[in-house]
Amino acid sequence: MLNILWPIFIIISIIYAIFSGNIENINKSIFESTESAVNLTLTLLGTTCLWSGIMEVASKTQIIEYLSKVLKPIIKRLFSGLNEKSSENIIMNVIANILGLGNAATPLGLKAMNELQKQNGNKEELSDNMMMLIVLNTASLQIIPTTIIALRSSLGSENPTKIIFPVWISTICAAIVGIIFTKITIKATRK
Amino acid sequence: MEIINYISIIAMPLVILIIVFKAFEEKVNVFDVFLKGATEGIEISLKIFPTLIGLFVAIGMLRNSGILDFITKVISPVLSYMRFPSEIVPLALLRPISGSASMAIATDIITRNGVDSFIGILASVIMGATETTLYTIAVYTSCVKIKNTRGILIASLAADITGIIVSLLICRVIF
Repeated sequence: MLNILWPIFIIISIIYAIFSGNIENINKSIFESTESAVNLTLTLLGTTCLWSGIMEVASKTQIIEYLSKVLKPIIKRLFSGLNEKSSENIIMNVIANILGLGNAATPLGLKAMNELQKQNGNKEELSDNMMMLIVLNTASLQIIPTTIIALRSSLGSENPTKIIFPVWISTICAAIVGIIFTKITIKATRK
Repeated sequence: MEIINYISIIAMPLVILIIVFKAFEEKVNVFDVFLKGATEGIEISLKIFPTLIGLFVAIGMLRNSGILDFITKVISPVLSYMRFPSEIVPLALLRPISGSASMAIATDIITRNGVDSFIGILASVIMGATETTLYTIAVYTSCVKIKNTRGILIASLAADITGIIVSLLICRVIF
């Protein structure tokens, strides 16, 4: 996918910038972009190590067992043939998403991907379960959209939280469509 | 508002507290186990670094070349025919690609149109209801070195488009 998108982004951007006289901005953006990628990686390095560690601790307690019981009916419908470790990680990833813990959700999701890869027959291709995990993470499942509420509040809104209900409806519709499309794609691309 | 602020502040510490307390109570060697997990985290995060560099450079170029404004101009007559507000178009285009860029654009749209105006609310709802799809897919696939993504982009973009359209419809009905 990125083998196609990445060159297209670069080629059209540079050509357009040359013709519209924006090339100086491109020049500047190259350095800014690498710098922000480094910053994000350092941030992720910290949070990923922290949450991998916390997750390892959680997996030694009965918390995961309890959460698994609660979420099992949903997880069972979406995923198939999960081993214990990957289902633990998926459950924690979903919970972090729902609670709006973005900093924790990504590390936990990546850990789940690592576990799913161990079970994956073809290491170069997404497995069915991986696809479902990704689509759940591209649908923003959080109960309270805190970032945008904070932004609205800082911009002086009279009622920053009145977007919550419409956000729920939109998120649920988006997630359902995403899951249906993923199920169809899984069937269509299965060999 | 204050309650929501408090919940979002206390959520993360509370999760950590519950896990660490439970482990301590169940006599797990908490710190040893923590270190084992944290060590795994190093490898995971270093694996995604090259992806982030590549992605950020390409998206930075896209943003700074001015081509997005051009695309917005080209397609906004089509969208306004479908009664899609043209102010929202740049946000809808950037939202799946870049989290920081779409946040900047949303802030700009909200400031210019008023935080409690229809457009301001719509921009907020779209930001709350969607995710940075491309980034998520790139990071999740590159950490396990996947090459064939089996059309996951289409499924995720279908979800994003649905999120944006439903946001528009529900805002029309409610506000």
